[in-house]
Amino acid sequence: MSTDRSERPLVRVDDLQKYFWEQDSILDRLLGDEPVPVRAVDGVSFEIREGETLGLVGESGCGKSTTGETLLRLQEPTDGQVEFDGDNVYDLSGSELTDFRREAQVVFQDPFSSLDPRMTVGETVQQPLDVHEIGTDDERRERVRDLLERVGLSADQLDRYPHEFSGGQRQRIGIARALALEPEFIVLDEPTSALDVSVQAQVLNLLDDLQAEFDLTYLLISHDLSVIRHVCDRVAVMYLGEIVEIGPVQELFDDPKHPYTQALLESVPRASTDERDRDRETLAGDVPSPRDPPSGCRFRTRCPQVISPEELEIDQETYRELMTLRERVERRDISLETVGDEDQFDLDDGTVPDEDVPAFVEALRNRLLDTDLPAAHEEIVERALAELARGNWDEAAAQLREEYESVCERQNPDLGNGGHPAACHLYGEAADRHEGTEPLQ
Amino acid sequence: MTEDILQVRGLSTRFFTQEGQVNAVSDLDLTIERGEVFGIVGESGSGKSVTARSIMDLIEPPGEITEGEIRYRNADFAETVGDDHPGAVDGEFVNLLELPPAIRQSLRGTSFSMIFQDPESSFNPTLTVGEQLAEAVEVQRRASARPRSTRARTESEEYSLGSLMLSTVLPSKKYVSDESRERAIELLELVGIPDPVERADEYPHEYSGGMLQRAMIAQALAGEPDILVADEPTTALDVTIQAQVLDLLDDLQKETGMTILLITHNLGVIARMCDRVGVMYAGEIVERGSLTDTFDEHVHPYTEGLLGSVPDLEGANRRLQPIPGNVPTLLDHEMEDRCHFADRCPKAMEDCLDHPPEFDADERGDHEVRCVLAERDYDEGRALPPDYFDETERTAADKHADPDRTEEDVQPERTQSPVEDSGGGGL
Repeated sequence: MSTDRSERPLVRVDDLQKYFWEQDSILDRLLGDEPVPVRAVDGVSFEIREGETLGLVGESGCGKSTTGETLLRLQEPTDGQVEFDGDNVYDLSGSELTDFRREAQVVFQDPFSSLDPRMTVGETVQQPLDVHEIGTDDERRERVRDLLERVGLSADQLDRYPHEFSGGQRQRIGIARALALEPEFIVLDEPTSALDVSVQAQVLNLLDDLQAEFDLTYLLISHDLSVIRHVCDRVAVMYLGEIVEIGPVQELFDDPKHPYTQALLESVPRASTDERDRDRETLAGDVPSPRDPPSGCRFRTRCPQVISPEELEIDQETYRELMTLRERVERRDISLETVGDEDQFDLDDGTVPDEDVPAFVEALRNRLLDTDLPAAHEEIVERALAELARGNWDEAAAQLREEYESVCERQNPDLGNGGHPAACHLYGEAADRHEGTEPLQ
Repeated sequence: MTEDILQVRGLSTRFFTQEGQVNAVSDLDLTIERGEVFGIVGESGSGKSVTARSIMDLIEPPGEITEGEIRYRNADFAETVGDDHPGAVDGEFVNLLELPPAIRQSLRGTSFSMIFQDPESSFNPTLTVGEQLAEAVEVQRRASARPRSTRARTESEEYSLGSLMLSTVLPSKKYVSDESRERAIELLELVGIPDPVERADEYPHEYSGGMLQRAMIAQALAGEPDILVADEPTTALDVTIQAQVLDLLDDLQKETGMTILLITHNLGVIARMCDRVGVMYAGEIVERGSLTDTFDEHVHPYTEGLLGSVPDLEGANRRLQPIPGNVPTLLDHEMEDRCHFADRCPKAMEDCLDHPPEFDADERGDHEVRCVLAERDYDEGRALPPDYFDETERTAADKHADPDRTEEDVQPERTQSPVEDSGGGGL
C-alpha cells in the first residue's frame, strides 16, 4: 500500500527447505529402510518488503503453511536461510531471538483451536505481554483493553471465555493477541477460511485498517484467490513446495504467466450471472505426492501446455495425452490383468503369450487412449505397449521417453528475476528455442 | 413447461435442546422443478443443511419436523401407497410427512439421494470403495425387487445372525454379488475415475479427496434417484478439484436429467451451477427466484450484503461491504416476531418490526422476497434509529465500527447445538 519505502526487504527468504522424514525411527534404521522425505517446502526464495502484504497462494498440501511456520522459526528448517531485518533468523539465540519473537507474530487459521479454552480473553491477549515482561500490571491491563477495542470488541468482554464468542470474534481476539507486542511483521495463516463471507469481509477490512494504522507488514497465506486479490500487494503462487510465479497482484491476476496460475484463476467460480457462459478449462488429475515429486517442472504431469520436442509435429492435446500415458507407464500404474474381456488373455507371470500380443496391445491401447493418433505415433505407442505385454516396463518407458521426452521433465525451470518471474520453460531460454509453441498472451 | 417434482410447504424443523427450542427452519416454502438445479445459499447456521436433511428425512432427535408438507411427485409411487395411506396422496403428489418411516426410508436412494460435504468421513475406512458402492447397489436392487418394503433387505439369508457370526471368523465374507460389483465399477467409470476395476479394490485412504467425492457421487447415483441433494459437495476440495467435481455434476445432470438440490455457502458455485436460487437467513428463505433475479435484481438487503461481502476476483481493490454483526441465534425465546435481519439491516424501518410475509418482487410471480422493500421504497422518515436494537436487545452496547454481538447474542449453535453438525465451515 505504501510505495515510497517499500523497496527495502524486511524479510528475505533464501532457498528455504523443509523436509519431513518418514521411516526415520531407530527400528527403521536397523531394518535398513531408506528414510523418505516429504518435501513440504523445497527451495523457496522470496522477499517481503516493508509495509507490503505478500500473498502466498496454493492448493492444500503445497507447503504454504509450512513456509509460514518455518520462516517464523516455529519449525527448524532443513536448509536455507531467512533474514529478518538483516539478521539470519536461524542464527539468533538468547535475547536476539526474543526480540525477533516480539517483532514477528502469527494469526492462525482456526479460531476455535488456537485460543486456550481455559483462559479468559483478557488473559489470552495479555499473555504475550507477561512473557516479554512489558510494562507494569496496570499498563498491561490498559493495553489489553485498548487492543480489544481496536479490533472491534468491547473492553468489558475481557473476562469472558472463548466459547462465549462467535468465530469472527475469536479471530479478532487472535488478531489482538498478535498485535499485543507491537510487531512489525505478522504471518496471517488462512485468517478467514473458517469464517462466513460476511464475517470474513469484516475481518479483512479490520486487517486492512490495522496495517495502515500500525505500519504492519503481512504475509497472507490463503487458498482463496479472491481474498488474495483483495488484500495483497504482491502474490507468490506455490505448487508442490515450490514457488511457480511471483508478481504484483494486478499483473499476476490480469496476465498470469505460469500455466498453473492460469488454471487456478480459471477454476474459481465467479459470483456473477454470466459465470455459466464463461470459457474455462478444467485442470485434470490430482496433485502428485510431495514424497516423490515429478522430475523437472513439478506441474508437468497436469500442465495443459507441456512443451513437446521441437522435431515432433503433434498437436498439444495429443501430446498431453501421450505424456499422461507415459507417466502411467513409468509409475507402473496400469493393471494388465484386467485388459480385454474376462479371461481373454492369459497372464502367466506377468507376460502375455506371443500369439496374443497384437490383440492385447489393441485392447490396451483402446483403454488408455481415446483419440486417434497420427500413424507414426500410433506405431511408437504400439511398440511400447507390446513391451508391456512381455512385462518389460522399463523398456517400454525408455522407448516412450526417447520419442517424447520434454524439456519440462529434464530441467526444473528457474524462477528467474525481475518484477514478475514465472518458473516455466515457456518463458526462458527454452521459449526462444521453441518458437513453434505460441507464447501465452 | 416443466412440472414440479418437489413442493415443500410451510416446513418447520425444530431442535429441542437444553438451551431451549431452536427454530432451525421455519415456515419454509420451496418448489423444485424436474430437471433443474436449485441452489440454497446462506451462512453457517442459517438452516440450509437442516432443510436438506428434512427433505431426506435424516433429522434425528432432538430435532423434529413440527409442521409442513413435503410433496413429492411420482405417479407410480402415489398409486402404490394410495391404498394404505389415502390421506397422503393428492393426485400425483404424495405428502411424505404423512407416510410411516419405513416407506420414507425406502425412497432413499431410489427417489432421493444425498452427497455430503466431507468425503473422507463419509466412507467406511475398513471396506474397499468398490464394496461400499456395491453395497449401495445391492440395497437398491433388493429394494426394487420388493418395492416399498424394507423387510426384504434384512430378512434374507445373508443378513441372518449366523451369517453375522460367521463374518467375525471369516473376514473376507462378502455381502455383495458379482452383478452388484460390476455395476459398482460401471458407476465408478461414470464418474470419471480412471481404471475403475483396480480402483474398486482400493480403500478410501488410497483415494484423493476429489476422487472420493466422485466415488460418493457414484454411490448416490446407484439407485438412479430423481432428486440428488448435494450438501456442500465441494467445500472440502481445492479449487481445481472443485472445478472438476462441478463439471462432473453438470455433465451427469445433463445426461440423466436428474434434479439437483445444491446446498452451498459459496456464491460462485451457485452462479456456476444453478437455475434457481433460494437465499436462506435465520431458518427462512428470504429471497428466491431465478439466478438473475437473485444476483442482479435482488430486493432483500441481505442478498445484497451477501454479494457485497464476496471479494471480487476481477474487480479493483474496492473496500468490502460487510454485513455488520453475526447470524442470529435461532433460539425460540430470543427470536422476536420481526424481520430477523432487521438488526443488521442498513435499511431497517418501523415496518420491519412485524414479521414480513413473502411478497412478489415482480409481476412474473416466481421471484419472492421476505422483505417489505418489495412493496414500498425505503423511507428515511420511517427508518429505525441506528441504536434501536442495541437498546432493546443488547445490554453491553457496542459502539465500534463493526459491532459484533455480545453476551446475550452469543450463538450456542456454533459450538454446541446439533444444528451445526454438518453446516458449511467457511470458504
